[in-house]
Amino acid sequence: MTLTASMFLPILPEILLLLLAELVLVLDVSLPKAQRRNLGWVTAAGAGLIILISLAAMPGPGSSPEWGGMIRHDWMSFTFKMLFIFGAGITALFAMDYKRLVERGDFFALLLISTVGMAFMASAADLIMLYLAIETTSIPLYVLAGFFTDDKKSSEAGFKYLLFGAMTSAIMLYGFSLLYGFSGTTDLAMIAQSLTAEMSVPMIGSLLLVLVGFGFKVSAVPFHFWAPDVYEGSPTPVAGFLSTASKAAGFAVLVRFMLTVFPQMTEAWAPILASLAVATMTLGNLVALAQKNIKRLLAYSSIAHAGYVLIGVVAMASPDPEAAQLGVTSTIFYLVAYLVTNLAAFGIIAAFGRQAGSDDYTAYYGMSRRSPYLALAMMVAFLSLAGMPPFGGFVGKVFLFAAAIKANLIWLAVVGVLNSIVGLYYYLTILKYVFLYPSANPEEPLPINASNRLALIVLTVGIVVIGVIFGPWFGLAATAAAAIF
Amino acid sequence: MQFPILSFIVFMPAVAGMLLLLIPADRKTEIRMAALAAGAFALILSIWVYFSYDVAAAGYQFIERYDWLPALGISYHVGVDGLSTPLVLLTGVVMFTGVLISWGIDDRPREFFAFLFILATGVFGVFVALDLFMLFFFYEIAVFPMYLLIAIWGWKVTREYAAMKLTLYLFIGSVVALVGALAMYFTSGLGTFDMLALENAGFSPEFQRLWFPFVFFGFAVLGGIFPFHNWSPDGHVAAPTAVSMFHAGVLMKLGAFAALRVGIMLLPEGAKFHMPWIILLTLVNVVYGAFIASVQSDFKYVIGFSSVSHMGLVSMGFATLNKEGMLGAGIQMFSHGVMTALFFAVVGMVYDQAHTREIPKLGGFRKVMPLVALAFIVGGLVSMGMPGFSGFIAEFPIFVGLWNAVPSHLFANYAWIAILAVLSIVITASYIIRIISKVFFGEIPEEFAGHVHDVNVLDKVALVFLSAILIIIGVYPDIMVPMVEQGVNNVLRLLGGA
Repeated sequence: MTLTASMFLPILPEILLLLLAELVLVLDVSLPKAQRRNLGWVTAAGAGLIILISLAAMPGPGSSPEWGGMIRHDWMSFTFKMLFIFGAGITALFAMDYKRLVERGDFFALLLISTVGMAFMASAADLIMLYLAIETTSIPLYVLAGFFTDDKKSSEAGFKYLLFGAMTSAIMLYGFSLLYGFSGTTDLAMIAQSLTAEMSVPMIGSLLLVLVGFGFKVSAVPFHFWAPDVYEGSPTPVAGFLSTASKAAGFAVLVRFMLTVFPQMTEAWAPILASLAVATMTLGNLVALAQKNIKRLLAYSSIAHAGYVLIGVVAMASPDPEAAQLGVTSTIFYLVAYLVTNLAAFGIIAAFGRQAGSDDYTAYYGMSRRSPYLALAMMVAFLSLAGMPPFGGFVGKVFLFAAAIKANLIWLAVVGVLNSIVGLYYYLTILKYVFLYPSANPEEPLPINASNRLALIVLTVGIVVIGVIFGPWFGLAATAAAAIF
Repeated sequence: MQFPILSFIVFMPAVAGMLLLLIPADRKTEIRMAALAAGAFALILSIWVYFSYDVAAAGYQFIERYDWLPALGISYHVGVDGLSTPLVLLTGVVMFTGVLISWGIDDRPREFFAFLFILATGVFGVFVALDLFMLFFFYEIAVFPMYLLIAIWGWKVTREYAAMKLTLYLFIGSVVALVGALAMYFTSGLGTFDMLALENAGFSPEFQRLWFPFVFFGFAVLGGIFPFHNWSPDGHVAAPTAVSMFHAGVLMKLGAFAALRVGIMLLPEGAKFHMPWIILLTLVNVVYGAFIASVQSDFKYVIGFSSVSHMGLVSMGFATLNKEGMLGAGIQMFSHGVMTALFFAVVGMVYDQAHTREIPKLGGFRKVMPLVALAFIVGGLVSMGMPGFSGFIAEFPIFVGLWNAVPSHLFANYAWIAILAVLSIVITASYIIRIISKVFFGEIPEEFAGHVHDVNVLDKVALVFLSAILIIIGVYPDIMVPMVEQGVNNVLRLLGGA
């Protein structure tokens, strides 16, 4: 196999991300400690630049295998890659507010390497590649979650995440090995061809084993137990990254894997995923009602959102090709809207929580008097999470429910609708604290530094743009969805 | 290309709200002036639309259409007909007077007006929407600012509870309707959310009968239909005055209007099948609402329940599915909107002076605020359906329509329902006269003597303006009736003649 320049185009974003990580590490050792904070600007600007440059490597229609079938270069992987890089850049900006995170440049390097892993997760078309990508993503994230080594909660978060991650990944790997045993190949598409149409118990067993690993990644019930503790303990910007980019990567894998490996087994996995969706939405929303810590609340809310996205994934199993395609499209669209929205939510919590020194909801009393604009940004983010127009979350939910109804899953849409009512309740409750309750220290100013301000402006504008001018985003999601059919 | 007046009306308030947020929070006078300017502008625009609507030509006018998401057949499609034009005017009127009587709000007026204006954008958007997706989009926009407006600026005792109750009720209603709307979208097979296209989708009668309740009740929750009216009096009472005006005056019409536009007009067979028993619910609305209103001792609760009763007449008018009933309902939407805005304005003014709304504790306010008393009497006469006021023009045709309603599979005739419904007028008269005599006549209680003052000139402007509209329509109904008639003809066309 001879290397040609065109072979590198499909992995251009990954290469650039690695180069950026190297650059950050080099700068880290050459810059004085006080200057290292500025690596956040380098990372964010680098991420922006990578997105721009990668536009040169846009895939064509269809889906082409690259690098000996290890990865696939298509709009699906490309869309997700851009999403992850965007998320990493924003996370870098939010992290700059945390002195203890950014006095060491390796924070940014780990962030970028994890993003490389996610990028490969979105494009992997081979069991081995997929496993490597998942581990490349996860291992830096374990470190990031436990980055505050002197903070018990953070260390606990990192360790807990590692234990859960290692266990589920081992189970998933066992599932992979079964699949390899049945088919004699590690190529996802070839596996599908060599599997027989009729379902057998071992096949369903390997399906379940694999789903454990993916379920952990997207924090679907019952594999969600790590999420609240890890989000609560890890540095808030990291929690934001975990709940958005990492989760979206899990869904990217889930969608591709199910459609590529198990297209004949939709009768087996559609009911499984449907019950996961119902359990995830319902448990996430109901438990969120009882939370007193806003990070835990957002953790359960992000579990609930994984449940909503699963509606789209279930619709993907429909025998009606239009419904299936709408399922994938709405899944991708929702992930885009959710990533932008939830990053904003965590960014606000990060900016406020660092100054208030608490993530308890009582700290949020009267926040709108101390910082009206931060409060407005919070309103935009929370209402988008609740699914209110003119924000991205509304359109995303409508598309998901539309996909479910199109796929004749009206009951699932109804469950989703009922859940979004519960969701609205707790989001509104938090907004009530922010806007209504008197603050203990109303006069204390709440300075928002430049990096946070930039990130929040980008995200809030993004939420509104996705919610109002949704045509182009829907088009992008539809193109991505078309690529894997 | 003609000037996109409707888009201008829809987005102007939201843009004005955004601009308000840029004014520094402590410059309250400037904020109020800017808000008043925006309100006046919206009023002028809506008056302009009202008078340039060509009644003779009928149909949808001022149409604009742009693709929003062609892949799913979602478009930005606006236009007004004879039913929605008066409602656009109503929204302009209430927005303007709402700003006038909110002059005294001192806690974060900037945010207050910004949220109020975003609400107005949602309301305008629903009234002019000709695309089902767009209708939902704006419908939800109209729901959520309500929460903050009530929770932050509302009556301290019940505001948190009432705001949450209201928001959840309305949200539940709207998502239930959304499921129905999506079912329509997919079943039609047309791949479009355009309501003018869906009108001709030819849904099977079974489909219509199944989904009509979802859509109709989903929206009618906001119209205060029994037994889903419970949020409304609590919400009205807890809300600050301008928000009560908006809420009872405009928002409840939003529910009734959307129930008509999406429920009756897109699923006419479903309407014919279900309306006979829905009439009974509206009868409960009308009579029970009036009855509960008459036993309240809190001034604002009286008005709150009277809204439930009067909105019941709107649903009842629609439920007759005949020309007289719908014509009356169309006018009642406008008339009640103005009337109830006037009522809530009066309640707010009395409360601001007396700091209580307990009717037994009040008295003699005619002496200190004669104009307020006069305005309330005008509103009262409207609500009793007195000839010479807009209430008569609205309510009389509803009762006629009910009497004439075509016999259905449930009832051979509706005369007895009409007779029962007319009883509500007697009950209404009893509580209105009780308030007039207790609150405005008699002697001022000692505790108020010297403490209560007349209202300011802005309040007076608002009251005179609202009262004038009620009287003008009463003595010169031709200014509105032919227009609404055109709108009703369009609905009847979909219902298959009659």
